[in-house]
Formats: sequence, C-alpha cells, structure tokens
Amino acid sequence: MLEIRGLHARVVGKEILKGVDLTVRAGEVHAIMGPNGSGKSTLAGVLAGRETFDVTAGTVTFDGKDLLPLSPEERAWAGVFLGFQYPVEIPGVTNATFLRAAINARRKQRGEAELDAVDFLKLVKQQMRLLQMDETFLHRSLNEGFSGGEKKRNEILQMALLSPRLAVLDETDSGLDIDALRVVAGGVNALRGPDRAIVLVTHYQRLLDYVKPDHVHVLSAGRIVRSGGPELAKELEAKGYGWLAGPAAKPAATKA
Amino acid sequence: MTVADRPAPPAAKAAAPAADAFLARARALTVDGPAWFAARRAEALARFAARGFPTLRDEDWKYTSLARLAATPWAPPDRAPPRAEVAARVQRSRLHLAGGLVLVFVDGRYAPDLSVVPPQLAGVLFGSLADALRNAPSHLEPHLARIAAGGDRPFADLSTAGFDDGVLLHATPGTCVPVPVEVLHVTTRPGTASFPRTLVVAESGSRVTVVEHHVALTDAPYVSMPVVEVAVAQHAAVEHVLWQEEADTAFHVATVAAHQARDSRFSSCVLTLGGALARTDVDVTLDGEGAEATLHGLNLVFGARHADQHTRLDHARPHGTSRQLYKSILDGTAVGVFNGKVIVRPGAQKTDAQQAQHNLLLSPGATADTKPELEIYADDVKCAHGATVGRLDDDKLFYLRSRGLPEAAARDLLLRAFARDVTDRIQIEAVRVRLDRWMTERMPALAGREDRT
Repeated sequence: MLEIRGLHARVVGKEILKGVDLTVRAGEVHAIMGPNGSGKSTLAGVLAGRETFDVTAGTVTFDGKDLLPLSPEERAWAGVFLGFQYPVEIPGVTNATFLRAAINARRKQRGEAELDAVDFLKLVKQQMRLLQMDETFLHRSLNEGFSGGEKKRNEILQMALLSPRLAVLDETDSGLDIDALRVVAGGVNALRGPDRAIVLVTHYQRLLDYVKPDHVHVLSAGRIVRSGGPELAKELEAKGYGWLAGPAAKPAATKA
Repeated sequence: MTVADRPAPPAAKAAAPAADAFLARARALTVDGPAWFAARRAEALARFAARGFPTLRDEDWKYTSLARLAATPWAPPDRAPPRAEVAARVQRSRLHLAGGLVLVFVDGRYAPDLSVVPPQLAGVLFGSLADALRNAPSHLEPHLARIAAGGDRPFADLSTAGFDDGVLLHATPGTCVPVPVEVLHVTTRPGTASFPRTLVVAESGSRVTVVEHHVALTDAPYVSMPVVEVAVAQHAAVEHVLWQEEADTAFHVATVAAHQARDSRFSSCVLTLGGALARTDVDVTLDGEGAEATLHGLNLVFGARHADQHTRLDHARPHGTSRQLYKSILDGTAVGVFNGKVIVRPGAQKTDAQQAQHNLLLSPGATADTKPELEIYADDVKCAHGATVGRLDDDKLFYLRSRGLPEAAARDLLLRAFARDVTDRIQIEAVRVRLDRWMTERMPALAGREDRT
C-alpha cells in the first residue's frame, strides 16, 4: 500500500530524513519509534504533504501512485490521514462545522451526496459515544481550550469519521492518561482491517500494549536503523535508544 | 464638547471643486426651521468654509487622502430617481422583519411611499427630519448638531450645513421598540453627493435598535456623507448598525455620534463592505455614571479600496464601561486604517475600557495601519488595548487541508472564523444571515486571490 524508498527531506534547510525505506502493506500496523529529533514527525508530515517540508530525494507511492506531487487535500481524498501530534486550535470554527465540512469534502470528491445536518449528527454522535466524548464538543471551537487528551480524542474522532485507508498517527499517545489512552487505542483498533494500514509514530512503547503492531521500526538520525516484530518495542523499553544510536547502527532492511 | 482643541491647519485650501460645490449648495439652501437651527447651520457653514477638507497634514486624516473626493464638483441629486428600480431595490434590500418599521431615503430624501409603517407602533415618533424641523423642533434642540459637534469633525459641519432631510426616530420614555427599525438609504445618481442625516432620541428607559443600510443603484462614483446622532437618556438602550454596502467606486464618509446619560447602554456595529474610500468615525461620550458602550466593526476590503475606522470614546463620568472590537480583512492592495482614541476625563474613576483591533492580510500588497490613542486623566481606571496584523496561518490551513478541505474552502472557513467574534455580536439574525450570504458570494474572490476593483 505504502512504499517509501530512499526518502530525503529538509526542514528549513536542514536535512532531517536521510534515506528512509519503508513498506507498509494493507492490513498491517507499523510502529515507528525513535528518540526525539530522529525525524519521526518529519516523516509523518511529509506523508501528509506539509509544504514546509522539502523532499529532496526518494519516492513515496501509495496504492502504486506517486504520492509526493499531491496536495494535502488530494492525499486526504486518496485515503491518507495524519493524526497530529499538536492538533491546531482554530477559534471561530466549531468542531461540528469542521467535521461536517471534512466529511462532505470527501463525499463530494467521491461523487456522493453531501450529508445533511441530521444524518451528520447521527453519525458523529454515534462515533462520539464510542470515544466517550461529550456532545458539547461539537459546539466548541475546534480544539480551542481542549485539554491534551481531548485534542487527541478529537483526532481519533476525525479519523473514525473519515475512515482512511492509511492512518499515520504522530505521537497520538502523548499527553494521555491511562483512561484516555485506552479510549484512543480502542479507536485505533476499530479502524484495523484487511484493506487498511496504520502507522503509529511514538516515542514510548506504552501505546503498543493496547495496539499490537505487526512491525516495529527504529528511526534514528533520519534513517530506519532497525526493524523487527513487537518484541523490538519491548527491547527498546528495557534498553532505551542509546544502544542503537551509535555509529555501529547499520541501516537495516525493512521487513517487506 | 470640544475634545482636543487643535489649531486648524494652515489655510490648505488648494483647488477643491468639491468644497466649492458644497458651499454653493449649502448657501442656496433655504432654512425652514427654528432660529437655533439656522444659527447652528450658519456656524457649521462658516467653519467648513474657513477650513475646507482635511488634508494628510491633519493628524486625524494622516492615512486617508481626500484628494480624489475633493477634486470633483459633486452635484446635488436631482429630484426624479427612477421609481420602479428603486422600489425593486428596496424590496431586495430590506430585511422583511415582521412588524418592523422601514424608513426609506432616496438620495438623502425621505420617501414615505416606499417606507413601511406597521399599524401598531406606540410610543415612537418617526419620519422626516425636515418635517420635524418645520413642526415641533423644541425636543430636537438639545441634540441636533450638538451630539455630532463640528469643530474637529469637518464632515459633521458639512452635513449640518448641507443636509436637506433626514431620519428622526424618537422613542418616548419607557418605550420598548420590539422590532429593529430599518433605515434604508438608496443612492441612485452617479456624480452626486448626499447627506443622509439621522437623529435617534431614546428617552429614559426606552429601548430601540436601528439598522441603517446604505445601498446604491449605480456602479459609478458618488459621495455619501451620513451623520448619525444618538441621544441615549438614562437607563435607555440603543443598538445601532451601520451596514455600508455602497458601490465599490463610491466615497462614504460617515459619522456616528452618541451621547450617553447615566446607566445607559449604547452599541454600535459598523459593517464596511463597499466604497472605494470609506471612512467612519464613531464618537461616543459616556456622560453619565455607569454608562456602557459596546463598539464593534468589520471591514471587508479588497481591490484597491481604502477603509478607515476612527473611534473616539470619551469617558466623562465614573463607572463607565467600554468595549471595542474591530476587525479588518484586507486583500489586493487594500488599505485598512484604524485609530481608536479613548479619553478618560479627570474624575471618571472606575472606568473600564477595552479596545481590540485585528487585521488579516490576504495579499502582500495589502496594508493595515492601526493605532490606539489613550488619554487618561484619572488614576483608578482599567484601560486595555491590543492590535494585531497577521496573515492566514499556514498551520491552520494545513490542518484543514489534511482533512480533505480544498484550499479555497479552508481559506474561506478561516476568513469566516476570523470575522466570527464580530459577527456573533450582531443581535439581529437577519443581518447576520445577509452578511453571511454576502461573504459567501464575495469570499470566493478573496479566497482565490482574485482581487476585485
């Protein structure tokens, strides 16, 4: 589904990604772990089409099509979703207005009729119950004054409503207490399916107790330096990243 | 009252065909009213004749050039506006509020046949100011051409010298006017100048909302110079909306002046949507303890247009509260100017004044000049002000687009969001709906960066 080959990217002139290779197939859950500054968020941003990130080399294909020339909205229409590490606050736009606009933009793109207010509310309220979100969230400005956990739930709500084929979740577990973590993990697990894929970008192993990954990769200094199964996450939890970050760490072949 | 007795600029009366035309016209007006009014009119005429139009050397007009306005000898509107067209425009423009009073002025003159008078309207006197001046003017004397005093407001002088009709709306004590009063000013003739004039007198304990909507039947340049005076007696509440939808080539120079007595409330909303040059002065005097003023405005300016909002809030008595929120969205090579003066007089203790002005620039060519001006002569007061000039936030745009909103739709949403805390303050739903529709029809042009001229 997703093929990343030799990806190099710069952020404000500084090279952050230095040759990332990754293959994600339908039905899989991948975890990308790594220390701060290793390039995890840059990778997530590049996949979603953040224009301030400058891809200097490499390819990214999604379902066999070149993803890189697409605008952020075209990627969303193709089925790519980025869960933000820091969801943006937008005063003056209610959550309901935003969610409905997002759903309808997607439906319009597929030639489907737009959802009217009644159908939209039915759909969104049902999802909110699953995520244990209060309905008052609908009428508040998007993410404005939301706690960290509320913002992350709201990301998962958007993901559930848009039901993407590829979800890239950037540090979705940060800032969550244990209850919120369970709810968020439940949302992610609900999205799992044979024709979808999930990439979890995370610093800690804790989310992986609730969302079992098929593959774990370690990103360090802009490259994937090791790949393995879920046991790799446990090893990182026990030993930290230090043992991988040295010059001895060789880029490992990704499990394809 | 004179607020800042600054010396008149040196006789800067270069060739000003407009001034000459206005003076000739004012001198030709026959005054059909009481002596006090004739005297005020003569004073205003003399002051304007001596001073002429302000220039860029005048501090209050530093960023707004009147050169183009001053260069044309604007004619008085003729007396035969195109009837059917005006009637159609009135139908299209009015809010159609059930049971509401609608007063229509065409080229500055009252048009009773186009106005709508509901059968039950106890406690409200209304109609043509010219008629009122002929008939029972004593109750006008404390207010007319007093609240909007000339002196440092040359356009108030020009209006006082030159208006030949206007709106009078008078709420008697304790009257609550349940439906907003709509005043529709229609300009029909290019090349003309009109002086729409409004006097709202809200007696003690009364409550009234007035929406003044300025529209045009022409796309060619003209000048409209409205002056609105509002007298808010004790415990009275007046909400005023100046909804300016002039032609994009027009000159609109407006003054809204309010005088507030004890425990009164006044709210002003200025929506600047049209005009090649739009200048609005909102002058409020809180002349009674515990008065409360809420001023807000939204300027949507694109192409090569120029919108200038000045406010002057005079806290003359203790325990006054004022809130100001003005926002501008500027595109193309548009210019937005804001100057907000807050004066706290000696003894006006416990004044609580807040002012905020925010600008959103959509293009590299647009500019915003914003300036708070505080003159505080009391020590136990709270005065806060803040101003920002910014562009659309890339992080917000990216967030919305990453959820599948096309770029234009994402921009549109952010523009509306920027305007929302002003538009949410408009109490009349029908105006909010109209404004929203206007934005829907015009915003795509903004969002697509197609500058309109």
